[in-house]
Amino acid sequence: MFFQLTEEQKMMQKMVREFAEKEVAPGVAERDEQSLFDRSLADAMGEMGLNGICFPEKYGGADSDYLSYILAIEELSKVDDGVGITLSATVSLCAGPIYAYGTEEQKEKYLRPILEGTHMGAFGLTEANAGTDAASQQTVAVADGDHYIINGSKIFITNAGEAETYIVFAMTDKSKGVKGISAFILEKGMPGFTFGKKEHKLGIHSSITMELVFQDVKVPKANLLGKEGEGFKIAMNTLDGGRIGVAAQALGIAQAALDHAVKYSKERVQFGKPIANNQAIAFMLADMGTKVEAARLLVYKAAWNKDQGLSYSKEAAMAKLYASDIAMEVTTDAVQIFGGYGYTCEYPVERLMRNAKITQIYEGTNQVQRMVISGALLR
Amino acid sequence: MAVVVIQDKCISCGACVAVCPFGAIVMQDNDKAFITEACTACGACIETCPVSTIVREEEEKTVAMDKKEYKGVWVFIEQAEGHIRGVSHELLGEGRKLAEAMGQELAGVLIGNQVEPLTKDVFASGADKIYLVEGPEYNHYSTDGFATALADLIKTYKPSVILMGATNDGRDLGPRVACRIGTGLTADCTNLDIDGDTGLVAWTRPAFGGNIMATILCPEHRPQMGTIRPKVFKRPVQDFSRTGEIVRVTSKVKPEDIRTKFIELLQVSAASCNLEEAEVIVSGGRGMCKLENFKLIEELAEVLGGTVGASRAAVDAGWKPALHQVGQTGKTVGPKIYVACGISGAIQHIAGMSSSDIIIAINKDADAPIFKVADYGIVGDVMEVLPVMIEEMKKIRQA
Amino acid sequence: MDILVCVKQVPDTTEVKIDPQTNTLIRQGVPSIVNPFDKNAVEAALQLKEKQGGKVVVISMGPPQAKDALKECLAMGADEAYLISDRAFGGADTLATSYTLAAGIRKLGKFDMILCGKQAIDGDTAQVGPEIAEYLDIPQVTYVAKVEINEGVVRVEREHEEGYEIIETTLPVLLTVVKSINEPRFPTVKGTMKANRKEIPVITVTDVEVDPERLGLKGSPTQVRRIFTPPQRTQGEIIQADSARESVAILIQKLSEAKII
Repeated sequence: MFFQLTEEQKMMQKMVREFAEKEVAPGVAERDEQSLFDRSLADAMGEMGLNGICFPEKYGGADSDYLSYILAIEELSKVDDGVGITLSATVSLCAGPIYAYGTEEQKEKYLRPILEGTHMGAFGLTEANAGTDAASQQTVAVADGDHYIINGSKIFITNAGEAETYIVFAMTDKSKGVKGISAFILEKGMPGFTFGKKEHKLGIHSSITMELVFQDVKVPKANLLGKEGEGFKIAMNTLDGGRIGVAAQALGIAQAALDHAVKYSKERVQFGKPIANNQAIAFMLADMGTKVEAARLLVYKAAWNKDQGLSYSKEAAMAKLYASDIAMEVTTDAVQIFGGYGYTCEYPVERLMRNAKITQIYEGTNQVQRMVISGALLR
Repeated sequence: MAVVVIQDKCISCGACVAVCPFGAIVMQDNDKAFITEACTACGACIETCPVSTIVREEEEKTVAMDKKEYKGVWVFIEQAEGHIRGVSHELLGEGRKLAEAMGQELAGVLIGNQVEPLTKDVFASGADKIYLVEGPEYNHYSTDGFATALADLIKTYKPSVILMGATNDGRDLGPRVACRIGTGLTADCTNLDIDGDTGLVAWTRPAFGGNIMATILCPEHRPQMGTIRPKVFKRPVQDFSRTGEIVRVTSKVKPEDIRTKFIELLQVSAASCNLEEAEVIVSGGRGMCKLENFKLIEELAEVLGGTVGASRAAVDAGWKPALHQVGQTGKTVGPKIYVACGISGAIQHIAGMSSSDIIIAINKDADAPIFKVADYGIVGDVMEVLPVMIEEMKKIRQA
Repeated sequence: MDILVCVKQVPDTTEVKIDPQTNTLIRQGVPSIVNPFDKNAVEAALQLKEKQGGKVVVISMGPPQAKDALKECLAMGADEAYLISDRAFGGADTLATSYTLAAGIRKLGKFDMILCGKQAIDGDTAQVGPEIAEYLDIPQVTYVAKVEINEGVVRVEREHEEGYEIIETTLPVLLTVVKSINEPRFPTVKGTMKANRKEIPVITVTDVEVDPERLGLKGSPTQVRRIFTPPQRTQGEIIQADSARESVAILIQKLSEAKII
């Protein structure tokens, strides 16, 4: 076993860290306060080539490994995890399935601009009545000549409104149940395809979340992704990969909270000494540090499995489950260590705590993750 | 390696590794400290080692010149548009002290076009002698022209010490000449002394962004050269009854020897950005929050008759052009009064203005490091304090 | 045009702190970076190459870990990188450093332009650039904030006390650049990967034609007598009244008492 990043991975990590500290960090508080999505950051990440890290050069990618991409999400998330998830949604949830299931034409048309950094992507599965029960899709796609007509809506879609490309799931044959769902590639601007309200969330304010509304949207048959009826399989496989990205986001949040707490506890003096001198605080930090390290090993191992071509579904679920749960714990503890100051917006830990919560919910709630893990264990 | 760890005495405590500013000491696999080639022989580790096991290996230096032949303290007189830069006067004052301590004479080096009228001013500040090189080719500063002239003077008249102002031109000329002669130059000095043990000039200068000070010697090479920060030394009281000898030297520079051509000077700010000569500077930092708020800085500067400065954060934010930046990598200033508004006080900034006589700071963060160096500090919001200050200062000015 | 950029790996002196008890520098945990002004120089070189064609070569003198700094420059887009490194070069002051670098540059060939950052943020001397120009006998312009080349004429804006000097010169020339000249680009993923795979040749003392007396400590006319932390200015008076008006009134009173105004 070799627990070291390669030289290339270290360089990648350093590069993204510097970008995050220089370009992403300055505006993080403002974006959070004002719920500002900054497209220029997504564009900068695209220009640097972050969208294409783990895709082949043939389509505009950099031919590097999945772990390098995960490192990038972690570094971004340490600074502003809303920006981390913006990248993750574009790459794992949109570029991912097009690469895995798309035709050559689809890859040229939709994958290339994402990998080259000019386009953002989004993934439209969740509906008002279809969250964890993703199979009860009510959005329908009716075949009509050389088109499908899509009607329905999606909620809680990350990157909605900004992304140029959307993977949208719809029911093509209700009688087949789960096997009647298909996946489509939609473009922003298609007539009938509009956006609904922008969500006001507890956290990740720098990430944009909106509804998708489809009113008789004519989608060419050429935009069917995979085969009719394959939609659910595509969705589940995509989410498997996206899971490690969310785990990396949670890991970044947790690491940032730990770093802030360690620094503060050395500086804050009460009763004539830094609060770090108290075992109560020191032991809290010890527990926090251990959790973060354990999460890191799970996240990196899941990514490594994927790179090695080994099965990674269970590992990805474990990484997402653990990293998100400890992120919530570590950020809550960090606010506690900061005391009254931690509760104010002057310090970043309250934002980290708010942001951590979503990682336990999206891309498969942690209850779903437990289903996946127990399913794998009990096979 | 000139500074070495005596391996078998090393106790592996790692103190030297932690203290080396250049990261040049590593702990080897056998747990002994080892000094790599990144070492600059600064000696910080020698003092830190608890068992005194780090030593300087004495190297025989090639003796390049016969030091006894080199006598005299020279000050390079920087002039433009018919007047002499303040720093040259300051250096004449300091040069006088060095010359007396060394029992040698003080000379000014004046290179320019039709600059003989300026010699009175130079004598008044204390020079015993002036080496004068004139010609149209020196109408404006050029590296080639001035380096050739100065190097030629050095070879002919062999001074022991040369002082130059650490101005843009001074720091352009100094290294070129030092290299041509093959001697040592210490840049951007903030203090000069005569080293008790050796009788050499001890040049003290900041390094590491102002975090440490280094004292440098030039033992075997001559002349000992240095560029000195403006406003570090006081301008001497001038005595216009003084005169001295003018040594007129023919210029050996031909126009075709000068490979750069000065076209014109672009003035960038409406306000003057000559911070080095300013008596009062009002500076703004990140705490000003936006461009519009800098108007307050400009107003206060105007009321106090001063110049506007900016911290690196303010320049990076685009609120002021780079020429206004005060700091270790910007301009170093030494005004009578420096008002720091919304500036937190990073070491690099302080390094650029710590020679100010009086520092007044305004910042809403009571813990801001700037308050540790300020003579007077107001803890408060610049947006509230500045308008009141401007109002009150206006009243005083009218009174 | 063939452009050479001299870069140095330095500790990030904005992160350096002084230990309050021992009054010494705390070097540990301070990351090594490419000297920021040298990054500006690399960016300037890349922009010139984009306009004029040619190649950008970077060279650094330092211990083996300086290769990381060179890799960053390659990741930005430089074509070749060389490290000049040898125990014989150690302990060098600026003169010996410039002598060594000039020898290395001569070995690499003829360049149309040499770019350097205005100063290194650890040494802060700003001497190596001009000294290399002297050793190579080429003209120099320092503190360059803008550079343009048109039909062999190099036109620069040079930072000066009062504004910017417009200077013209021809190639070959050495320029030292200031921060305001450009915003260095971020390396790209592809650039980083290419850089990591690229070989960085090391030039040692046997590869260059040098006089050993002029290398390292032996060839350094200046030597460090001692290092110390700067005397701290002591804290003065802090005024924190209830209103801005009161605070200013107190300040003005104190300034008048001290006869400052």
